[in-house]
Amino acid sequence: MEDIQMLEAVERYIRGEMRPDERVHFEQLRKTNPDVDQMVVEHTLFIHQMNEVGELRKFKSALNEIHTDLAERGLINSDRLKGKAKVVYLWKRYKRVAAIAATIAGITTVTISLLVWSLSPNPDAKIIKDLSRDLDKVKKDQIVTKAAVNNLQNDIKTQYNPSIDYKSGGSGFLIDGKGLLITNLHVVRNARNIAIQNRKGAIFNAKVVFTDVQKDIAILKVDDDNFKSLTAIPYNISKTSADLAEPIFTLGYPRDSIVYGQGYLSANTGYKGDTLSCQIAIAANPGNSGGPVLNNNGEVIGILSTRQVSAEGVVFAIQSKYIHSVLTELKKSDTSYVKLKTPAASSLKGMDRTHQVKKIEDYVFMVKVN
Amino acid sequence: MNPDLKEKELLKGLALGDKKAVETIYKDNYNMVQSLVINNNGSAQEAKDIFQEAMIVLLEKARSGNFELNCQIKTYVYSVCRRIWLKKLQQYNRYSNEVESMVSTVPVEEDVEEYEKRDQEFVMMEKAIGSLGEPCKSLIEAFYIQKRNMQDIASQFGYTNADNAKNQKYKCLMRLKKLFFAQYKNGK
Repeated sequence: MEDIQMLEAVERYIRGEMRPDERVHFEQLRKTNPDVDQMVVEHTLFIHQMNEVGELRKFKSALNEIHTDLAERGLINSDRLKGKAKVVYLWKRYKRVAAIAATIAGITTVTISLLVWSLSPNPDAKIIKDLSRDLDKVKKDQIVTKAAVNNLQNDIKTQYNPSIDYKSGGSGFLIDGKGLLITNLHVVRNARNIAIQNRKGAIFNAKVVFTDVQKDIAILKVDDDNFKSLTAIPYNISKTSADLAEPIFTLGYPRDSIVYGQGYLSANTGYKGDTLSCQIAIAANPGNSGGPVLNNNGEVIGILSTRQVSAEGVVFAIQSKYIHSVLTELKKSDTSYVKLKTPAASSLKGMDRTHQVKKIEDYVFMVKVN
Repeated sequence: MNPDLKEKELLKGLALGDKKAVETIYKDNYNMVQSLVINNNGSAQEAKDIFQEAMIVLLEKARSGNFELNCQIKTYVYSVCRRIWLKKLQQYNRYSNEVESMVSTVPVEEDVEEYEKRDQEFVMMEKAIGSLGEPCKSLIEAFYIQKRNMQDIASQFGYTNADNAKNQKYKCLMRLKKLFFAQYKNGK
């Protein structure tokens, strides 16, 4: 009990809340009793530290708030909020406006009903109808306001700040219209930021959802509100191995534009007899990694992955049947992908090459990595 | 407005906790720091953290009152961020070429060291508060950080009277002080 009172005295002393006579008395006690003195010194330090923590916390949360606000308004180049966080932000930002609007609406309604009441003490059906129209008007106004907010939101969304310098990259292709991509794991290894860019130069943020180190396959998912789902994938992923000498072609991004290349299947095994991959003869450059290798029927038969440095035109692709096994693993690891289906058949059969490429090019992306 | 005067006003605003001033400084300097960090092997999140640390250093400087503005805020913030980021890179053992020098820098070693010392103490206290557990944590925070009175706290935490709350707070405080000073004395 005594300790508590002592502590209270020390706290009041530190805060300067003691009466002058009390203070003199306490200082006397401090001088004569080293324990008390020690307690005051220690507690002063403690209180100081607590104040610092309080102020720093406040400042940090203010900084975070400012950061979010500036980012949402596009005044700094930073990622915008997504999903729930965004709603919370918008609510915070507009809640005053919303409150004022609601108040005005409330006052209007009350005033109108009062007017109606005073003018016609015996309300008939017509007045009730009028009143409801007034309410309708309020409702309409609200819809307009909501639309304005939505437009604002869309405006915010359509600006993209490519402030991040992506240093390396490769290619990737969609296996699902909603934004699931296949690429090589070595393209996205050690990535901190990943973005994909389509043929027209639009950039979307993406993240890795699954990797298989041994097969060198990574599955990316577009994580960007601006990404619009694409219609059915034109190619399918072949489950069987391709035949020797079968003509093949690829699309990829060894440079900033999409590049077409064609060749043939040279061997059903890869470098030093690796059974995961196959050998193809095709012109490929850094940046082609992760791109699809397709046959005449428009079936993906592999993922272009590596080339032999010591020999010209010797390129290896991971066999497409392993895409299926990786997808099976993905479905096991994340139940939200259970319903994922890849196209059963290619819609490109019998088309000439130019048309095939035209159909495919929107589904092949540049993968940019930082 | 004279640019020097504007900078002085901004620092004054920052010291007084004016949100507008903080926002202006933030807006004017963030992109520069983000490109510094991202172009030197860092991520956007790391850039944000580094920049906010620099804002705290700047706040301390502005508050101390003896901050002679012998360089622009921009130069100062850049120098601090560069220093902190270099240190972090070393810590993580992450390879980077010498951090590019975009603008001239001013010596900030002492300021950064001072900040790190304070930050360490801050982390110690946060850690100590964090390991208190409930209801101690909220009780202590309500009294010492939000500085609310005992009456108020007693009713919110459901104590029958202020004295009961006071007793509980005392017990929590003793634990917290023990936790904090154990680390504090180790750190010294």
